[in-house]
Amino acid sequence: MQKRTLIRALAGAALSASLAMGAAQAEDVKAGFVYVGPVGDHGWTYRHDKGRLQVEEELGVETSFVESVAEGADAERVIRKLASSGHNIIFTTSFGYMNPTLKVAKQFPDVKFEHATGYKRHDNLSTYSGRFYEGRTVIGAIAGHMTKTGVIGYIASFPIPEVIRGINAFTLALRNVNPDAVVKVVWVNTWYDPGKEGDAAKALIDQGADIIAQHTDSPAPLQVAEQRGVYAFGQASDMKAFAPNAQLTAIVDDWGPYYVSRVKAVMDGNWESMDTWDGFGPGMVVMAPYGDAVPENVRAIADEIIAGVTDGSIHPFQGPIKNQAGEQVIGEGEALDDGVLLGMNYYVEGVQGEIPQ
Amino acid sequence: MLIKLVRRPEASRTMALLSPLIALALTLLAGIVLFMFMGANPGEALYAFFIEPLTSLYGWGELGVKATPLVLIAMALSIGFRAGVWNIGAEGQLTLGAICGGGVALWFHDTEGFWLLPLMVICGILGGMAWAAIPAFLRTRFNANEILVSLMLTYVATLFLSYLVHGPWRDPDGFNFPESRVFNDSATLPMILGGTRLHFGWLLALAAVAGVWVLMARTIIGFQVKVIGEAPAAGRYAGFSINRVIWFTLMLSGGAAGLAGLVEVAGPIGQLQPSISPGYGFTAIIVAFVGRLHPVGVLLAGHLVALSYLGGESAQITLNLPLAVTGVFQGMLLFFLLACDVLIHYRIRPAHAVAVREA
Repeated sequence: MQKRTLIRALAGAALSASLAMGAAQAEDVKAGFVYVGPVGDHGWTYRHDKGRLQVEEELGVETSFVESVAEGADAERVIRKLASSGHNIIFTTSFGYMNPTLKVAKQFPDVKFEHATGYKRHDNLSTYSGRFYEGRTVIGAIAGHMTKTGVIGYIASFPIPEVIRGINAFTLALRNVNPDAVVKVVWVNTWYDPGKEGDAAKALIDQGADIIAQHTDSPAPLQVAEQRGVYAFGQASDMKAFAPNAQLTAIVDDWGPYYVSRVKAVMDGNWESMDTWDGFGPGMVVMAPYGDAVPENVRAIADEIIAGVTDGSIHPFQGPIKNQAGEQVIGEGEALDDGVLLGMNYYVEGVQGEIPQ
Repeated sequence: MLIKLVRRPEASRTMALLSPLIALALTLLAGIVLFMFMGANPGEALYAFFIEPLTSLYGWGELGVKATPLVLIAMALSIGFRAGVWNIGAEGQLTLGAICGGGVALWFHDTEGFWLLPLMVICGILGGMAWAAIPAFLRTRFNANEILVSLMLTYVATLFLSYLVHGPWRDPDGFNFPESRVFNDSATLPMILGGTRLHFGWLLALAAVAGVWVLMARTIIGFQVKVIGEAPAAGRYAGFSINRVIWFTLMLSGGAAGLAGLVEVAGPIGQLQPSISPGYGFTAIIVAFVGRLHPVGVLLAGHLVALSYLGGESAQITLNLPLAVTGVFQGMLLFFLLACDVLIHYRIRPAHAVAVREA
């Protein structure tokens, strides 16, 4: 009797050990998401949340999220709370979460962390971001064909390399088509503030801009463009519903496939720490359908650029490139490499104004 | 039918003290209705909001971390509010405190020393005071409204911080990203409870509670503040200087807000970055009133409001409730409190078309 109990106990122990070692089941894996804005921003956070929903749908795993988490003392608590409440993989989706994510990652070695747009990695902390500048090459070319005044208004958030890179990719493509066109930049110092973004759009239109581009998250600039009868481009998500006539196209972030693959890697037990910077190719960045105002020939040109960037025959930062002062940064036949792009801190020729320092 | 508010001859003292509790109870009741409309189980929701955050030692530590800046600022604001000096710009003073104190940490980034933290604290306080000196000077010299001046200076302060972390104080090893170096160990507040983030700043907040209590109860300037706030004419007749009280209250609240800012950057954040406070300077105004402008009340109210933040996070994680619920809760708390106060000081009378003339 005693012996049988012992065997049973041993068998039970072996069974549970084999279960623990085998691939995790969907019901065992929980994914947590930390958002910098509200899920209803219709821009950055909205798209991350779409990615989260895709994870739920395709993998059947449980997910949870915390929205509008300030990039300060609060972030660490929220990330830690997710890590200590049974989440196996946690996505922190804003640059400002970098140090708190690293701190918590070191305290929870068994939990996997994924930080968007940062550069600090660890054994259990990956980084990922999109090559959104590829999309800006497309909208820059469209703007070059569509502008009448030759003045483009650009609403920018913070003077970090990511945003400056976007302005430059846009301007290079714009002047490739229309060498006299200029870009006027307004820095609003926020990622999401519909009031400020809308005011910036008004100011730019008053200064002669007939196309508005933005690197902020709300659809407010498109709504202003719609009212004032000028064109604009959606940011992060398809914002056509807010500006049916004004939106020419939009750069859409598609995090879903990446999120699904990373959560799946946790389920399969083969998750590894890495750095991902994907663009059109793997589909992390896609373009929204063209607006009715975009003529056939421009659509064809834009499609060609998308195809070229996807297969690598077109590089958005192909030389020769001159900076604002007219000095050559890189010559014919060469292109700026990722290292330079990641630390970009100067404007190319054709951008007006100075980078706030 | 119109209604009219008639001042009660004497407001009940008991009721005035009970009013925050009544307001809290009403908020909870309204919360239950709100949760039912949102399709959540009210019991689970209230548990997630008010109990779940405190089920671990770490949670209690976080409560202290979150309450520290609120208590520090609200404590000092309440003195100004008693004197009728409306410093609405504590958020800006907090930012300046973080800049000045944090600047010391960055200047000595490769120097360790026991003297560094005290120096940072002093500079943080002076920074907040300097920022509050602007509305104080403009008010006493030109009678400029301190509400507007202090509020507007908040935006100047945040932009100044943004300039510093994007420009001269940017981390040289940070790939141009807008944040300063991480402070070294001797520029970081020591932790006081193992396994949590509860830091020395919380003790400073407790000390501030005691200090303010003594100040209001035992000193002449404390007495002057009360008299000027409740009966300005009597104060003038007694020869109290209104300008002196304005300067005193603004320096006190500016210094406290500056200290709160320093405590945040030298504590849980550990570096300067473009945003260091999710609006503590403004939330502290709610805390001051919920706490009845009294030190002990402010201490309790600060922790209650801190709990509502933590609860909002856990309600999002466990019940998928939106963040807006937190804001609604805080708003309802203040709304019910003000409503209770009105009913304690006034009674409602039906007003007829031919109403008696206001006395």
